[in-house]
Amino acid sequence: MRPVSYNIKKKPLENDISMAEMPAGHEGQGFFATTLDSVIGLARKNSIWPLPFATSCCGIEFMATMAATYDLARFGAERVGFSPRQCDLLMVMGTIAKKMGPVVKQVYLQMAEPRWVIAVGACASSGGIFDTYSVLQGIDQVVPVDVYVPGCPPRPEAILDGVMRIQDLIGKESLRRRNGEQYKALLESYGIQ
Amino acid sequence: MALTSEYIQQRLTEKFGDQVTDFEVQYDILSFHADKEINLKVLNFLQGEADLAFNFLTDLCGVHYPGQKGKELAVVYHLHNIKENVRVRFKVFTDIAKPEVFTATGLFSAANWMERETYDFYGINFIGHPNLIRILNVEEMDYFPMRKEYPLEDQSRTDKDDEMFGRGGTLGFGTEKTIHGTIAEDEK
Repeated sequence: MRPVSYNIKKKPLENDISMAEMPAGHEGQGFFATTLDSVIGLARKNSIWPLPFATSCCGIEFMATMAATYDLARFGAERVGFSPRQCDLLMVMGTIAKKMGPVVKQVYLQMAEPRWVIAVGACASSGGIFDTYSVLQGIDQVVPVDVYVPGCPPRPEAILDGVMRIQDLIGKESLRRRNGEQYKALLESYGIQ
Repeated sequence: MALTSEYIQQRLTEKFGDQVTDFEVQYDILSFHADKEINLKVLNFLQGEADLAFNFLTDLCGVHYPGQKGKELAVVYHLHNIKENVRVRFKVFTDIAKPEVFTATGLFSAANWMERETYDFYGINFIGHPNLIRILNVEEMDYFPMRKEYPLEDQSRTDKDDEMFGRGGTLGFGTEKTIHGTIAEDEK
């Protein structure tokens, strides 16, 4: 049998219920003061509503990630929606053809701020092995991407790692980031108002 | 009379004489060529005759033969007689400089999208087609991808450059690295 390379060091279970870490702040009798950024970041990162834009094989790996063994719901992403109006995280999983590019952009435009994009797999990140006239060589040609998950397809653990990186980004994001000059310039470079 | 290749060939030569040529049986399917001016007549004949009755257009596609000057682009029709389970293949050739073939949409509705695909990838203009626009590629594309006229790699790509294909570049694959820097093969 192939030697196991994951989870070989068993970690003891600390608590039956795991709770999110409290942000740094001043505590007193009946009150807790901290920065608004950290509280809102904490709330947002543990309740992401993803939009699975699953096109090909990476979509199957996402199905495995959502299933029981590698549960995505434990990270708060229980409710996957297929309406961009209601979702925070656009997960593009699979090969995007050049004809599909405007569609991905349209879906991205319909999402409300704050929104994040994760490119799962080699095809969404860079076109993958399909270096051809019909495949978009990476969705970052049409939408700004926050996290890239390499792999063909990436294992569910890798997709979970990508989601955890998004959680880090969300937790540390400043509340005024979306109104700032740099963000506006980024959207301008994609032709998005 | 059973619908054999010989019978189909005999009926075709009776009707069209020497305008149908190159009869060949490949994988039990009779295959023949014809002039592009009579392609509709041949299709109508094969479809309309009661004992031939090839009324199912299985496939319509294009082929590019770069070597045959004057007849580079071919349109291939695959017809199927469902009742007798007999197939026949029929090819017409046209020049790549001005590729025009009459559309088969009037006889077979399936030819509509198949001719659009053939136009999209080979650039063959089907005269009389109701809506000849690209079907699988982006509308702004100005070349025809399946023609064998292009080099294998995209010459304008800057991120996949010589380094990655082991042809030298700054990392020295295929060239020799010395203390003075990388030198090319011919400078060694």
